[in-house]
Amino acid sequence: MTATTAARGYLAQMIRIRRFEERCAELYRAEKIRGFLHLYIGEEAVAVGIMSCLSPEDAVVATYREHGHALVRGVSANAIMAEMFGKREGCSGGRGGSMHLFDAATRFFGGNAIVGGGLPLAVGRALADKLQQRPHVTACFFGDGAVAEGEFHESMNLAALWKLPVLFCCENNLYAMGTALARHQSETDIARKAASYRVPAEAIDGMDVEAVANAAQRACEAIRQGEGPRFLELRTYRFRAHSMFDPELYRDKREVAEWMQRCPIATYTATLRGRGAADDAALAAMESAAASEIDAAVAYAEAGTWEPVESLTRWVYSEQTQR
Amino acid sequence: MTATSRVETIVTAPPAPEPSRIRLSYREAMRQALRDALRTDPRVFLMGEDVGRYGGCYAVSKGLLEEFGPERIRDTPLSESAFVGAGIGAALGGMRPIVEIMTVNFSLLALDQIVNSAATMLHMSGGQFAVPLVIRMTTGAGRQLAAQHSHSLEGWYAHIPGIKVLAPATVEDARGMLAPALADPDPVIIFEHASLYALEADVPPSVEPVSIDRAAVRRSGKDVTLIAYGGTVGKALEAATQLATLGVNAEVLDLRVLRPLDSETILTSVRRTRRAVIIDEGWRSGSLSAEVSARIMEGAFYELDAPVGRVCSAEVPMPYARHLEQAALPQVATIVQSVRALIGE
Repeated sequence: MTATTAARGYLAQMIRIRRFEERCAELYRAEKIRGFLHLYIGEEAVAVGIMSCLSPEDAVVATYREHGHALVRGVSANAIMAEMFGKREGCSGGRGGSMHLFDAATRFFGGNAIVGGGLPLAVGRALADKLQQRPHVTACFFGDGAVAEGEFHESMNLAALWKLPVLFCCENNLYAMGTALARHQSETDIARKAASYRVPAEAIDGMDVEAVANAAQRACEAIRQGEGPRFLELRTYRFRAHSMFDPELYRDKREVAEWMQRCPIATYTATLRGRGAADDAALAAMESAAASEIDAAVAYAEAGTWEPVESLTRWVYSEQTQR
Repeated sequence: MTATSRVETIVTAPPAPEPSRIRLSYREAMRQALRDALRTDPRVFLMGEDVGRYGGCYAVSKGLLEEFGPERIRDTPLSESAFVGAGIGAALGGMRPIVEIMTVNFSLLALDQIVNSAATMLHMSGGQFAVPLVIRMTTGAGRQLAAQHSHSLEGWYAHIPGIKVLAPATVEDARGMLAPALADPDPVIIFEHASLYALEADVPPSVEPVSIDRAAVRRSGKDVTLIAYGGTVGKALEAATQLATLGVNAEVLDLRVLRPLDSETILTSVRRTRRAVIIDEGWRSGSLSAEVSARIMEGAFYELDAPVGRVCSAEVPMPYARHLEQAALPQVATIVQSVRALIGE
């Protein structure tokens, strides 16, 4: 793949996530999507940059703000949208919803709505790879809020102690829901915390997709060489509210506006135009492809079916043993 | 012979072992089961606090490190949440982990991983990700370990859909339950009552898998059903022996499987004896005994000759002083008393 093709791919993926989620917000207001809906808008460069370095055999453990991760990983937009509609054709059969997207085919292990809860899972997933001598990476996404959880510290220690092939990706968007980083951490330099567990750690501009991809590339190479875990703190920002219920009382509109100046899609579009790697036609094609895919996904979700209530207790156990 | 028809006594083993049987303690039985699993399946590994060099807090895994090495007998940091979660992740990655937690009290530090991940993963993923994980832990009181090492929280775990909960009360079950638990595609928790590790019995030399679906009648009787599990089974059997001298013929039912409960075996017995006393080392309020009692009420109300009785632990954090600890726990005398009250003596 040429550098230009890769670059266009990054941009197209970021646009795809952005437009998909904008449609989700509309569908939420139309009451097609219910429950919690956490939008990733503003943070797209992180998922796109990291995923570009993963192979199909690698594994992904994500958070409840994971639509973008699932899309870039290759879970079909149809199955994701159907899941958000609660339909049987959804990627989790309608049992999970927005926060619990799962897909065995792309090794996408959720979709975890317990802050920090995915870290031990990723550590164990990586342990399984190591014990079976498979040279794979488990990429684990979590936010700055997770850093306050005991599971973060326990997992850093265990991964470093056992030299496990985990790529820890801390999406530092500066807020644990509504609590600013400086209000919940005595040490706000998150990479430094990871380094204290002897996990090599870097802080990266999470609004710059190439910076993220380059850092992830270096980290994944080291992990595949058997050097143990790597940690990336991706400094980013969430443009939208925490969830659809959030009145955003905790942050200044000027702060949001300033970060929007650094929109990963706008800045990368300008970069590619400057390099002559993307023109109006190329951008229009990306927008058009995203729109068609999303239209098709909405139609697929609309046409989807409801799980019969008779099978309510399915999948509690692999075989029904409930008495 | 099915599990439900087997009758055996666990308190007093026969004096001379038959030539084809070997004398084994509950602890040795558990170790033999672990060794067998590790030998037969390369995906199996054991991890937990002090399972390796120390040999296990209750010496269950003693000698296994030497035989299987540190990759498969993994000492962990004191990070219950991380190593239980790592067990879930390793199970998702194709391994068959056995995670040991020192006591049920410490398992509360891993409750998030057990309840929010292990129990939910299959359902949340629409059937895509099963978690074939076995968690073993010690439970129960009786050794003056006070209020942070002695509780019986099996009933809490039995409340959770998505996990299976086992309570081996015999040497045979201690040895036989591990293999089917490992073969089960879903998370299984095995509770080992601390007072049972020294229990001895004569068993066949090789590991024979047992049912992990059914309760078992440990003593047949016709006047009352004593329903117990784990550490209270022996007490129920002893109570039955004493009741026999008073002319009361008690049946003793060992639940064995706390989730899913074997209602059928419970109801079959109670419909026949028409009376039931449940013996539960958990606290009475919101306990497993409450669930068993409710099921009897729902399924056999019109066949009962008396209200269901319960003998549970006193509602107090477990005290240290021996006389207070013993007063807090279900005892043979209280079981006998409770039965006599039930039959109107």
